[in-house]
Amino acid sequence: MNFKDVVAHLKERHSDAIEGTDETKRDPWIVVKKDKLVELCKTLRDDPKLDYDHLSLISAVDYPPATIEIVYHLDSLRLNHPLVLKVKLPRATPKIPSLVTVWPTADWHERESYDLMGIEFEGHPNLTRILCAEDWVGFPLRKDYKWPEEYHGVPCGPFAGKDVNIPPEWEQEGFTTRKA
Amino acid sequence: MTELLKIQPGHSGPQPNLPDEEFLKYNVMLTTVDHFVNWARAASVWPMTFGLACCAIEMMAAGASKYDLDRFGSGPFRATPRQADLMIVAGTVTHKMAPRVRRLYDQMPEPKYVIAMGACVCRGGPYHLYGYHVVKGVDLIVPVDVYLPGCPPRPEALLEAVFRIQEKIKLERTVQGDRDRTGAGTRPPVNPRVQHLWGTPEAQHKTSTTWAGWLRGLLFGPPDEHEHGHDEGHGEGHGDDHGGAHGQDAHASAHGGGGHH
Repeated sequence: MNFKDVVAHLKERHSDAIEGTDETKRDPWIVVKKDKLVELCKTLRDDPKLDYDHLSLISAVDYPPATIEIVYHLDSLRLNHPLVLKVKLPRATPKIPSLVTVWPTADWHERESYDLMGIEFEGHPNLTRILCAEDWVGFPLRKDYKWPEEYHGVPCGPFAGKDVNIPPEWEQEGFTTRKA
Repeated sequence: MTELLKIQPGHSGPQPNLPDEEFLKYNVMLTTVDHFVNWARAASVWPMTFGLACCAIEMMAAGASKYDLDRFGSGPFRATPRQADLMIVAGTVTHKMAPRVRRLYDQMPEPKYVIAMGACVCRGGPYHLYGYHVVKGVDLIVPVDVYLPGCPPRPEALLEAVFRIQEKIKLERTVQGDRDRTGAGTRPPVNPRVQHLWGTPEAQHKTSTTWAGWLRGLLFGPPDEHEHGHDEGHGEGHGDDHGGAHGQDAHASAHGGGGHH
């Protein structure tokens, strides 16, 4: 099936779950409502005409000031018709139902999104940091992330503690100097 | 004695039939203890099996048959820090990994040396500006003897770094020579930005104790009783007993900084 057929097939069963589509890009996508996500994904997985048995990746995109977007890349190994789902979340409270029950591979992907972007996956069995240290503060891939001055006594920033002058435009980007 | 030596099985050459004087002339070498000890140590710098990222691949290549680190005595990569002399920090050190690196370093016995292999380990490398999770140089964690830049450095470069370590070892003086060359100053100083990670000034000084200091302590004993009082309460990890580790170096700081505890 091509993208249009997939969308038409989905709209028959979940007409209220789809907020919009974009076919103009190389990887056309569907924007899905947050509440209907799990339901829709179960259809995507179980419907023999769709048969999306592989969740390739989950990524999160930060669009300050208001939005965070989750992107799911799906594929069907048998039918070979990749699909992209997008879900828009409020940036202040980014909560979304977990897809671990649908595709178990979502487990670590969701932990990564939680670790780096701070998205809360409701129903995830073990939503802890996966890459950063457990006591890391903040979500590093958010656009407004501020570097810690130091982590367990080790200076963090590129010029932290060094007696150097950095260009002012770098300071505006958040880099700081900390004299020893 | 010489009779015994002469009948070694497999012995070849002109020696067996020589008179004693000639035999000794050909077979006895005179050297100094320092030279002999350094010769042995420099030819057996055992690294720790320990790789963090892609530089470790080059490190493996250096150990494999083409570059053959074994030719220079550094072939036996030890699987435990307790048997290693050299820590090759090969690969990006993250803040999450840094405590482990430091712990491994603390578990190595004296004398110990560190090669910072690769751009990431030297100063953060490609992660210098935007790598929130990368330690900007492993010298914030452990004292570094040789910096080896490159991304990654070629195996020849790692060999060169090992040679530099060997040169450094050969310059150390244990029982002979002036005090400045007894090895007391050969350990690189703790990075001033992270001195608080190394405890009191006494602990830092003890951390800078090298082989020469250790052996001097072993040979001549501790200089006086007051040294032992400083061995406790140095904070994490590095307060371990290294035998007479404080023997030679502790002269300078024996009484100065007791108030820092």
